[in-house]
Amino acid sequence: MKTFESSTEYRPVIGFEIHVELATKSKMFSPAPNNPDEKTPNTNIDEIVTAQPGTLPVANKEAIRLAAMVGLAINCTIDEWSKFDRKHYFYPDLPKGYQISQYDEPISKNGYLDIIVPGSLSASSDSASLPEGENNKVLRSKRIGITRAHLEEDAGKNVHPEGLSYSLVDYNRAGCALLEIVTEPEIESGEEARVFLTELRNIIRYLGASDCDMEKGTMRCEPNISVRKPGETTLPKYKCEVKNINSFKFAEAAINYEIARQTEILMEGKIPKQVTMGWDEKNGVTVEQRSKEEANDYRYFPEPDLPVLQFTKEYLDKLRAEMPELPAQKSARFKSEYKLDDAAVENLINWKELTFYFEEVVSEIDEWLAQDSGDDLKASATDRQQLIKAAANWCLQDFSAMLNAKLINPQDSAVTPENFAELLKLIQRGKISGSAAKTVFKTMFEKGGEPLSIIDDLGLHQVSDESAIESAIDKVILANAKAVTDYKAGAEKSFGFLVGQTMKELKGKGNPQVINTQLKKKLKD
Amino acid sequence: MALEFLSLTELRKLLDSKKVSSVELAKHFLSRIKNNGGNSYITVCEDGALKQAGDADAFINSPGDNPLLCGIPYAAKDLFCTDGVRTTAASKILDQYLPPYNSTVINKLNGQKSVLLGKTNLDQFAHGSSGETSAYGATKNPWDETRMPGGSSSGSCAAVAAGLASWATATETGGSIRVPAALTGVSGWKPTYGRVSRYGVIAMASSLDSIGAVAHSVEDLARLAEVFSGRDEKDSTTGHQGVPAYAADLDADLEGVKVGVPKQYFIDGMNPGVKARVMESIKELEKLGAVIVDVDLPNTKYGSLVYAIVCPSEVASNLARYDGIRYGHVTSDAKDLLQVYEKSRAEGFGNEAKRRILTGTYVLSAGYADEYYKKAQRVRGLIVREFAEVFKQVDVLACPTTADVAPKLGHAADDPLFGYVTDQLNIPGSLAGLPALSIPCGFAKPADDDVELPVGLQIIGPQWGEQKILNVGYAYQQATDWHKRHPRAAE
Repeated sequence: MKTFESSTEYRPVIGFEIHVELATKSKMFSPAPNNPDEKTPNTNIDEIVTAQPGTLPVANKEAIRLAAMVGLAINCTIDEWSKFDRKHYFYPDLPKGYQISQYDEPISKNGYLDIIVPGSLSASSDSASLPEGENNKVLRSKRIGITRAHLEEDAGKNVHPEGLSYSLVDYNRAGCALLEIVTEPEIESGEEARVFLTELRNIIRYLGASDCDMEKGTMRCEPNISVRKPGETTLPKYKCEVKNINSFKFAEAAINYEIARQTEILMEGKIPKQVTMGWDEKNGVTVEQRSKEEANDYRYFPEPDLPVLQFTKEYLDKLRAEMPELPAQKSARFKSEYKLDDAAVENLINWKELTFYFEEVVSEIDEWLAQDSGDDLKASATDRQQLIKAAANWCLQDFSAMLNAKLINPQDSAVTPENFAELLKLIQRGKISGSAAKTVFKTMFEKGGEPLSIIDDLGLHQVSDESAIESAIDKVILANAKAVTDYKAGAEKSFGFLVGQTMKELKGKGNPQVINTQLKKKLKD
Repeated sequence: MALEFLSLTELRKLLDSKKVSSVELAKHFLSRIKNNGGNSYITVCEDGALKQAGDADAFINSPGDNPLLCGIPYAAKDLFCTDGVRTTAASKILDQYLPPYNSTVINKLNGQKSVLLGKTNLDQFAHGSSGETSAYGATKNPWDETRMPGGSSSGSCAAVAAGLASWATATETGGSIRVPAALTGVSGWKPTYGRVSRYGVIAMASSLDSIGAVAHSVEDLARLAEVFSGRDEKDSTTGHQGVPAYAADLDADLEGVKVGVPKQYFIDGMNPGVKARVMESIKELEKLGAVIVDVDLPNTKYGSLVYAIVCPSEVASNLARYDGIRYGHVTSDAKDLLQVYEKSRAEGFGNEAKRRILTGTYVLSAGYADEYYKKAQRVRGLIVREFAEVFKQVDVLACPTTADVAPKLGHAADDPLFGYVTDQLNIPGSLAGLPALSIPCGFAKPADDDVELPVGLQIIGPQWGEQKILNVGYAYQQATDWHKRHPRAAE
């Protein structure tokens, strides 16, 4: 494998074309179902998808709503009207011989997305320093311009069966609603690219507009990369597009590889060819796919089968009112209100379903605190914070591990947020030890059920009753005179032994704090 | 009794009173088609028609009211997709095409238990004004079989004129209903753009295509218009306007109705007999109480030029789907994908389709789109506004449908501009999406022969003004009997 030294001589300029398959029930212009998981070829089709003579498109209202929501979330302008155009080219996966897309009046344009990236400031970035993060890394905010986001329809897939002299076409994906998002060439490193893509994906996921699964192809990213000397403000005369990227990690790697490759060519005094590269995931390299033909002539013209799209102020106001809390806002709130650390927040936010679940647990906690404020546990702010922090930890550790092992989302597990919160409450109240709680949680995950009844079934109640503990300690002191003497003589180790013996006497269910205090008191006597 | 020329209401009465059965009617028409079809039909649905007729009879024999068209045989232009029934668009590329679905209009007609006799001939993909571009041979004009019936709805008009169907569906992009209706002496209705669903009708030029009908009278057309019209969720360009009771509201009283006569529609060199008949019919309207007003439509002359750009642009795009991949003709001689496209399309399309694909591709290509397509669209806007202004002064326009009577067959074959000249009196209204009728208004002789051929009076209305043109046409037909004349060969 060829490797390159990274060079400080050149800096990259990167723009993205991102295709997102919208999570609509039916296709962009037909009632045929949209289902990216369909495995049997040519099942999600109808006369419109297969472009039978005489068929006409009807625009999917939900796709338009989702596209407008994404546009608003990435700070785009949505004009009063927008239109569809036909983009012509011949390919077997394109049934009509044209794709219905948007040419000069995209649904949204001129937006931006602020991302937070680690590292030094770059001269051309529109950025401001942020306070130091947890890991003492300097963080900065950077604004990436969004040129446009437009609606179009997806193509099918050509299949080339090995050893056969013909190809096949699967139209299951043909006609699915696609949102194409185009950025300004303002991304300046592989890392910035990864952070940008993650932020964008989170926004789209939180809007419920798409599951943005790179592997399934419901999100596809194509960076256009070129490099230039620091201080240069004009765009280089060439750019290389990279295709076949199916994860953000690969996007970052492909970009880093391209930067080095192009830099080497420029260092030799040559100019890189304007080509489309493909990411070779096995070898970690980009490979030339084809020379970029002279600008294609797509013969765009306004789609006469569809009326102009009109966006009234009322409609857009309604969408703004329906806008859910976006990941950046949520993340800021988790930090300020819940006092969660940066890493925990990032891990939560990047898993939308877990974040939603976590928030349900928090609201269970709040409900319980509100009801229980007269009980033995005061509904204090500290309690809340402790419980919420515990909820985050449990979500990110034991729960995440179990969910990942089964490849499911929290909502698909047997643990309800109510039972989850109940368990946290029992731990905090000292009704169960931390280690016993893990056993209980495992049972809750595997079989479902309320923590209290599981504790009963498994006999895991923690003994906090002082008289029971006292009598156990008395027995242990009587039976272990030597250890008592050693402890009194200053052997700290013996204390631990006595704690262990007491716990054993209590069949492991003793409250360690109560044992500690009681034992210390007894030994002083 | 000549069953073949009866009106829809007359047929309804005969069927409802069991004086004739739908099966008898269907057999009557099928035998007439077999006897002398004049190449009006590409596909005759003998079995299908008899089955539908049998179903209709069963329905009629059961208690309850019957829908207007129940059991009445009709023909559909072979551009309407019919589920499982061969639909060719008169092209080789769709020679064996069996649609998996019905067009919206066909669904409505099936809902009424209509009886489909067959699919009628047309200019290939509706490209033409003569009927001669059909891959299945030209349709003959029943008034003189050496002459063309006009196009593109050639078979539908010729079939109705010759009594080979009670009525027929038709389509128009720029004259394709009105021209053949005039040249074959039948009544044709071209609706307002968006009045009737285009869903399932093979597209020619999407921003112009209108789905209409031809029949023996305006009264029949009014009844058909009620069935055809209305919003269709499958066609986003259909309007939400409600459908009036066109037939019930027909009003023969023209007192005070303002009829505009545009001087630009009486062109130099037009057949003097045609001009005379149209002027006489305008006089007739005046006699019936209409106020005749001379009006000016100076942009008329740009109509055909705009059409010559807009139409092929949309045609080239709409024909891109015929690629030999999913359905239709595929070459047996391709070495690679490019050859699949090139050869399938070269073998499957006729010359006129190829001509329009090339023209449309050219005018939309980079660097030319501004000069041609966008400029043409701006001029189209001028034509739309000019009509709108005129309709502030008058209720309808009356003028000739064509400048001449039916030409000899073979006349169009070598003249690519034939259609643009023939249709020049129809195209401006099509560009503006206006409703219009062509109704028989007498006979005239062509310059080349001593034979009497039908002449068409064109009545154009404002957008959504169907009732206005139907009223004027109805009043005219109440006072005249030109629409009751039939070709001798058909009698």
